[in-house]
Amino acid sequence: MTRIIEVPGTLDQGGFDAMVAQAAEVEEGGGAIVDASRVRFANPFGMVGLLAIGAHLGQRGKRPQLRLPTSSEVGSYLTRMRFHEEARRLYEVSGGTERSRGGGETNVLLEITPIGSHEDVHDVIDRVQDRAGTILKEKLGYPATASTHFSMMLSEVCQNIIEHAEADGWVGIQSYKWKKTLGREVVVIAVMDLGVGFRGSLEREHAAHHGDRWSDATALEAAFLHGTTRFRDPGRGQGIKQIRARVHRWGGKISIRSGTARITDVPEWDDAPPLQTELARFPGSQIQIVLPAVAPLGDAAGS
Amino acid sequence: MIADGRQGEPGRIRPLSVDLAEYRRRSVASLYSNLVTRPTGRAVRMGVESQIAELERSQALCLLVLDFSQVRILDFSCADEIVAKLILRYAQERPAVQVYFLARGVHDHHAEAIEAVLDRHGLLLVTESEAAVFRLLGSRDDAISTCWDHLHRHGRLGADEAADCLGVDFDTAAAVLASLAAHRVVVPFADGSVRPVHLLDRPEG
Repeated sequence: MTRIIEVPGTLDQGGFDAMVAQAAEVEEGGGAIVDASRVRFANPFGMVGLLAIGAHLGQRGKRPQLRLPTSSEVGSYLTRMRFHEEARRLYEVSGGTERSRGGGETNVLLEITPIGSHEDVHDVIDRVQDRAGTILKEKLGYPATASTHFSMMLSEVCQNIIEHAEADGWVGIQSYKWKKTLGREVVVIAVMDLGVGFRGSLEREHAAHHGDRWSDATALEAAFLHGTTRFRDPGRGQGIKQIRARVHRWGGKISIRSGTARITDVPEWDDAPPLQTELARFPGSQIQIVLPAVAPLGDAAGS
Repeated sequence: MIADGRQGEPGRIRPLSVDLAEYRRRSVASLYSNLVTRPTGRAVRMGVESQIAELERSQALCLLVLDFSQVRILDFSCADEIVAKLILRYAQERPAVQVYFLARGVHDHHAEAIEAVLDRHGLLLVTESEAAVFRLLGSRDDAISTCWDHLHRHGRLGADEAADCLGVDFDTAAAVLASLAAHRVVVPFADGSVRPVHLLDRPEG
């Protein structure tokens, strides 16, 4: 049986959750058509999430189909993020448009990039430095030194895939004006994999310690709040702590979804719950970092 | 804190004779471009360790200068593999060559990563910025900081002077100096005094 997964008009973190809930209904070995034709907005998390859904469906059953957005504006965004190249590896693709508007100012900080090795992390860091400097300074109003800290943070978050997921993943970064929540420019980093997830990574070393309380949520809390890792090396577990510190310093938001839970450092401008449980199960980890532009003077949201 | 295998008893410095004439070689590992990911850090560390191993035959003292001036990005994982694990190895083991460490060309963003990994492991390291400003980074309390500042200004310090400087008794002051020596940010001399590693090649007085 082939099931249709309706992609919401807004393809962001909420849109991803909606897709995951529908994907959970697809039978093992069954087919799926992911219908993104009505998408009117897509951020990096939504785009990378659409790829993750495709990979997940393909692993569970038949190669899925993807109906691309009909909106030329969304099609242009997807093209600039090199979404289609990755999508064709995972889906039978139909509809939509792949034409770029071409030229002009780009808001793409890093096109959707597969991460499968430490060499890929080096490539990502080499590629983002100049663009990060320009976008962070001009669009977010961050100091010139921010690009270095951004690269340090990006390196750690990408290494999370290699070190903990035991599977390949993707990263994509884009800036856009987030009118609805902030009314300001943001840079959104999306990093996802379909690996063992935080619970799977920590299970062997730490599950027994938590007893009956062991779950996706407790695994996320252990890693996110306490720097717990599966490695005995005391130098491990620094990455997430340092990423959180940097995101906090820039007034940003970081959330990690893994399995059936999501944990979030919630900034004052957002009202997301710090911990969500009983979400539809999805393998691996999905990380989103939102970095907001420096608030204008007198704007309480960023002060 | 590092367990100092050279300390005979708590609070006492076991003398280590340092003749600067024997101080033959300064090993400089120039570190380039982006130092990111653990495998990269491991590769750099192994290269540095092999340089140090070459010294072991000569029983020389070594001030290992890690030059970061050409490094654009240093992430926390790489800093852990290079800086923390190098210091841990030569401070905790009993290598044939006595290795001390100095990080040179350290920018603020390098310092952030270096300090984080030093804190994590309870280590100390002297760093030198491009403007030749020396800082003690890592896991330090007020007594350590005060002593090191005094050493930086005056070059050499014995337990008597350290006791005056800190306003504590002799044994407590000696323990602070022993701790600095155990962290390899100062070199202990036969008379019980210590000198900071970044001033070793400068005339005293």
